[in-house]
Amino acid sequence: MSYTEKRILINKLVMVLSTLSALIGMGFLLWILSILVINGIDAINWNIFIYEGAPPGYEESGLKHALIGQALLIGVSTLIGVPLGILAGTYLSEYGGLKSKLANIIRDISDIMMSAPSIVIGSFVYAVIVAPMGNFSGWAGIAALSIIMVPIILRTTDDMLQLVPSTLREAAFALGAPKYKVILQVVLRGAKTGILTGVLLGVARVSGETAPLLFTSFNDNFLNTDLSEPIASLTVTMFNYATSPYEDWQKLGWAAAFILSMFILTLNILGRVILAPKRNKK
Amino acid sequence: MNKFLDRFFHLSTLSIALLTLLITGAIFGVLFEEAKPAIDAFGFEFITNSKWAPNLEKFGALPAIVGSIMSTSLAMGLAVPVAIGVAIFLSEIAPEKLKNPVGISIELLAAIPSVIYGMWGLFYFVPIIRDAFGGLGIGLLTAGIVLAVMILPFMAAVTRDAMNTTPDILKESAYALGGTKWDVVKDIVITYAKAGIIGAAILALGRAVGETMAVTFVMGNVHKIPSLITDPTTSIPVALANEFAEADEDLYFSSLFYLAMILFMMSFAVITFAKFAFLKRGRSAK
Repeated sequence: MSYTEKRILINKLVMVLSTLSALIGMGFLLWILSILVINGIDAINWNIFIYEGAPPGYEESGLKHALIGQALLIGVSTLIGVPLGILAGTYLSEYGGLKSKLANIIRDISDIMMSAPSIVIGSFVYAVIVAPMGNFSGWAGIAALSIIMVPIILRTTDDMLQLVPSTLREAAFALGAPKYKVILQVVLRGAKTGILTGVLLGVARVSGETAPLLFTSFNDNFLNTDLSEPIASLTVTMFNYATSPYEDWQKLGWAAAFILSMFILTLNILGRVILAPKRNKK
Repeated sequence: MNKFLDRFFHLSTLSIALLTLLITGAIFGVLFEEAKPAIDAFGFEFITNSKWAPNLEKFGALPAIVGSIMSTSLAMGLAVPVAIGVAIFLSEIAPEKLKNPVGISIELLAAIPSVIYGMWGLFYFVPIIRDAFGGLGIGLLTAGIVLAVMILPFMAAVTRDAMNTTPDILKESAYALGGTKWDVVKDIVITYAKAGIIGAAILALGRAVGETMAVTFVMGNVHKIPSLITDPTTSIPVALANEFAEADEDLYFSSLFYLAMILFMMSFAVITFAKFAFLKRGRSAK
């Protein structure tokens, strides 16, 4: 075999291997997606939205409690996490800048916290909220989710504000506007779509969190809207139902998985669509 | 008035920014404080002792630490080559029409909650392992594979991003010199994107070490160092997820916090290393 033939052969071999690994990877992922869709559609019916949890074997059991609980947990965490994240990100970009030591330390720590194991954050919240209060509560779950959400929003806000051209700021300053007005009315407004994308992705990320809720908001098989009590979430319900030996509970688990995934995928796609026209302009 | 508002706005954003540092510090502090009784009782032997017997108040973290390391290494061993293969396919081989749809669907799959990967593992993958190797089907091997599948989309997406930063002119020059596609990938793309690829792998490692839900279903939570790869075992997050709500004794609790602290320090170290050694500022935001 000549040298050239050998090179061509090796090249072909690697191309085949790489395509094969792409096929294997995509195969696994398609497998997961298809069982999610098949089991989810099979399990979804109106009862899910009408009824609360019930003992296994009951016809009239559903996920109403978990859907409402999840909405409450995510909604309130968003109300807390988003303003905090945006304000902190504003500080980094507008007062700190790229050269400030403090701002850079906060950036690094946020990056690290973004990848920190979420179960550790759950155990932290357990120690500072659940143990002193004496019971699991919705507020504890919200605290855990907010701690996870803030660094994500903070970093996107910071990045997006830095994309706002400094001529805009200078123009506003030249008109005599004080700095806080420049930030609130010019800079933040200019970065609106970017920040919105960050918020959508942050909410999507937090919605799928299970581990930090296991021992903060815990779970409840019935509808509860009192945040000082344990509260159901889709993710923990999914976990409990899927690990139960009852077939109808497992089915409900798949329904929860399907609804949650669709919600998260919608947020992700929405985030992309919003950001898309901006990217093209660059 | 404006001056006052200006100061007020500056100080309030500053204090919120400082809050993030405060919380990170508080996590370290609180975990240490809560782990203190266990640290006093067991010291460093906690890490080397393999007996975990809550009824006897004997706690050793070795099985959980070994389980974490073994399941993560297994997952990385499986996921890294495949992820690099997928990334090469997406950045160099795939026809233009496929690049975007496949790339976007991989990114979307990275957003699917890990608890769903765990459910898939329990209902669909465990039976396969059970049929192939006998036993329960729950254990180290299953956990490693499920974990690998879970980190694959993330790692493939970040690796592809790193590879895509290779300037076209470099690739074109190599082709002009008569290089095959493999020559270009090996000598130009991988060389150029090396830091990014290693950084992506370490970030994936950080995720895998702390991942709870994907493996809780399929690992078994048995505090025993496995003798066979198919044996059930445990890892730090799995032990936390299973036992935290059940622990009743103070020392039991404290030992779980000790585990959480070890996990936090492990992931903190891994991510810090990845960030400072391989990822330039600004690139790591994704």
